[in-house]
Amino acid sequence: MNLAYYPGCALHGSSNDYEQSLRACLETLDVQLREIDDWICCGATAAHSLNQKLAVALPARNLALAEGKGFREMLAPCPMCSMQLLKARKALAEDEALRRSVSKIVELEVRGDTQVLNLIQLFETIGLDRLKAAVKAPLGSICAACYYGCLLTRPASVVEFDDCEQPRSMEKILEALGGKTVDWNYRTECCGAGMTMANEQTVLDLSHKILSNAAAHGANCLVVACPMCHVNLDMKQVNIERHYGVRHAMPIYYLSDVVGLALGFKPEALGIDRHFVGKA
Amino acid sequence: MAAGMDTPPSRLIRLLQLGHAKRALQAQAIWQCVSCQTCATRCPKSVDCAGVMDALRQLSAERGVTTPKQQRTVLFQKAFLRNIRRNGRLNELELIAEFKFSTFLHSRSLSFLFKDATLAPQLMKRKKFHLVGEKAHDRAVVGRIFARCMDNSLL
Repeated sequence: MNLAYYPGCALHGSSNDYEQSLRACLETLDVQLREIDDWICCGATAAHSLNQKLAVALPARNLALAEGKGFREMLAPCPMCSMQLLKARKALAEDEALRRSVSKIVELEVRGDTQVLNLIQLFETIGLDRLKAAVKAPLGSICAACYYGCLLTRPASVVEFDDCEQPRSMEKILEALGGKTVDWNYRTECCGAGMTMANEQTVLDLSHKILSNAAAHGANCLVVACPMCHVNLDMKQVNIERHYGVRHAMPIYYLSDVVGLALGFKPEALGIDRHFVGKA
Repeated sequence: MAAGMDTPPSRLIRLLQLGHAKRALQAQAIWQCVSCQTCATRCPKSVDCAGVMDALRQLSAERGVTTPKQQRTVLFQKAFLRNIRRNGRLNELELIAEFKFSTFLHSRSLSFLFKDATLAPQLMKRKKFHLVGEKAHDRAVVGRIFARCMDNSLL
């Protein structure tokens, strides 16, 4: 399998541990990632908050770059990026005049017909049976709270992925790898996303509720598929503990971390040793 | 998220329906919003509340009526876009420096300026921070895209 890869800024910055583990998994599963030449930032929350045109144009340029190389499918492991790419793709598909004007703005003809996949969808495409067959170290000790956060499933009309209130796709992957999962209440609540720096208190409040609820339902770790969720729940966990005077000590894994562990990789090979919260 | 807002999304929509755009534009809520899309997903009338939030933020920034209490968020989003315009990709270290500096100029808060300063060495130790960030090669085209989409003086 050969597909375009849009890492986005986080995976080439402070969330490079996420890229490390997903590259390790996909290599083993015979998926070749072709990073899009000279990709640019999707604009994230800043663009859709301050300028709608920019919020379409920035992702559109990346779609056009992938299309120009003949790719039909693109992996965007950051849900912020994949949502922005999908939103732009939808807007372009629904409005021919917009598609023409955006093509001029980004100086490339953009068709907007590239499929954009998040990491869960890529594992689904590879197939649970194939994943199961590749397991070398079943996740017996893991009892995970699968955390989807906001943008993996929302807005549903844009991302068209799983059930936006009761998603199950991550649980199915974990269970195929021999892990256990818990039923809990905060699977699709937001952690505060990109407000980490601008409005830390909101992030601490929301993330504290998520960690507390996961622990109360018997989880011994959280599994996420988003770099912002990981920053807020892992890197900021010490601030949450300090602010609320509690001890969570809850390890936060990327989905590709637990897949990688099941495939037989050592934690260090996946970048798990670079997380802030230590192993369970 | 709506629970912590001075004006929850449902009330913002009502204000707009009643023609009180000015009050809606000055609500803290539009900059407290984390764009989690919950309101739009659960609205029984299928109103795209999150899209309305975007429109309100954009209008309030363009008209220079952003609420003083939420300036930190406004300054952050602007610093983020200036960073992308310059580099094509986000340079986290530069963004933090720029955001902290612009917030300091605005609030003169030394404690916020140095808050989380100990985080930098911890990120370096984990190889999560690069002193020299990545840049897109064709940064000129990024500058032209920005110029075609928005009034650059707003940033």
